[in-house]
Amino acid sequence: MKIAVASGKGGTGKTSVAVNLALSLGEVQVLDCDVEEPNAHILLRPEVEETIPVELLVPRIIEDKCDCCGECARFCQYNALFVVVETAMVFPELCHSCGGCSIVCPRDAIVEEPRQIGRVLKGSAGDIDLVYGEINIGEPLAVPIISAVKKHMREDSTVILDAPPGTSCPVVETVHGSDFCLLVTEPTPFGLHDLQITVDVVRELRVPMGVVVNFAGIGDRGVYDFCGEHGIPIMMEIPFDRRIAELYSRGTPFVAAMHEWKKRFRDLAEGIGGVVGV
Amino acid sequence: MKKMTILSGKGGTGKTTVAASFAALSENAVFADCDVDASNLHLLLRPEVRETIEFKGLNLAVIDPDRCTRCGLCEEKCRFNAIHGFEVDSIHCEGCGVCVEVCPVGAVDFVDRICGHAYISETRYGPMSHARLKPGMENSGKLVTLVRQNARRLAEDGGRDLVLVDGPPGIGCPVIASLADIDKGLVVVEPTLSGIHDLERALGLLEHFKVEPLVCVNKRDLNEENTGAIKRFCSKIKVDVVGLVPFDPTVTRAMVAGQPVVEYASHSAASTAMSEMWEGVKPHLGL
Repeated sequence: MKIAVASGKGGTGKTSVAVNLALSLGEVQVLDCDVEEPNAHILLRPEVEETIPVELLVPRIIEDKCDCCGECARFCQYNALFVVVETAMVFPELCHSCGGCSIVCPRDAIVEEPRQIGRVLKGSAGDIDLVYGEINIGEPLAVPIISAVKKHMREDSTVILDAPPGTSCPVVETVHGSDFCLLVTEPTPFGLHDLQITVDVVRELRVPMGVVVNFAGIGDRGVYDFCGEHGIPIMMEIPFDRRIAELYSRGTPFVAAMHEWKKRFRDLAEGIGGVVGV
Repeated sequence: MKKMTILSGKGGTGKTTVAASFAALSENAVFADCDVDASNLHLLLRPEVRETIEFKGLNLAVIDPDRCTRCGLCEEKCRFNAIHGFEVDSIHCEGCGVCVEVCPVGAVDFVDRICGHAYISETRYGPMSHARLKPGMENSGKLVTLVRQNARRLAEDGGRDLVLVDGPPGIGCPVIASLADIDKGLVVVEPTLSGIHDLERALGLLEHFKVEPLVCVNKRDLNEENTGAIKRFCSKIKVDVVGLVPFDPTVTRAMVAGQPVVEYASHSAASTAMSEMWEGVKPHLGL
């Protein structure tokens, strides 16, 4: 079973839910797909066993062959190539690695070379396997790193995917292909606004979903009303509790100190299994 | 005219709460919400939309089944795994145009894709530039750039002396786009281990793009030890900590009321800290 944990709004507790769920179940794999700001490893403290570079193929222009005709720059949709009278330039960080420039070049003056944009780290903490990605600072493209993380997905165990915040392509890349999506939100107008957009995305991906309300007790009833109206089950509520926040601030998953929550997370997984049919 | 982006690395640390309070405290500014896929600033500034601009992102490839000869060359050449069974999966298509180029019979059309809308609005504190990306669309930074440019134009046309940008979380595409042509980056951090980890990456990004950093610790009393560590770290690398905001439930109540906290409860602990921070930031912005 593959469970994605997403939210729209940042800081609602995605990583906390993903990690506490993993620790409560045991023998699962966690994929931290928030490659811009990965945090699961801070809570899980794994021993990193392997680091794998993530590379994209980007063009290099062979100057002897190039006559600056400009075909490559006209073709590139990402403005990664620029040709002025006597020079052709590549802006590698804008390149999406589609390979089109080398196809359209009439003089075979473009070769593609790998360029590192981030890395994937693999490790384990007790019986939890963790794979996480890290984008290099200054690099814009998160999606290729997320797909590199997902390539390490195990087929023989439960997999929990921690999604990045937002509602755009990196979230789509993470949630796509999951059996279930847990949406972690907070009961505030910000939480509700971003939840509504995320629900649209997850619907589009045809992934069944349920909501975890974190920081329950603050804010208003908007999230509850919305879930009621749209038939989205609220599968767990985690109260706003200073102790949980302080544990998190020290990098301690709260099930490690508040054991009664382990059963609740196992019940949550059972509820998900019921929906997915596992 | 100065331009400042509020960012955080980690999401949910209070960027928008700070941005809205600064908006209420500022006197002659333009506001831009560059978080275009999960924007929230409008929930507090409640803008009246004056102008809506359709935003076209990257094109989408569409295969015409009548013209397609099922040769499979497009699927072979697509690096985004977006073509299956002679159909384009719009979720994965990145609009590169390779399939259009390689199709031997011209069966692939390259169509416009409306990816969202940009808005020019008026708020009770000044003009606002914002946008909404369609759910799940590619956030290549182009819409963020449009929002930023619109804000700059509003500031130039209206003789405003500050552009205040509420940035997206993370350090990728949209954040990079929200930092172009910006003077200062204010990083809002919570005193948690994750927050500190993400702060370091956010400061690295500011350094990479040569934007001068400032730091604000939100919910400082959540873990005073970590707050102390952040202050020491910032002092070591010579970055000004301009604000220390305590945890205050009034912030959530203000959010429910749809108001910046400094307006909703001007004497609350958070509001006092926000006002002090604003006074501390002003000299950095030449105000």
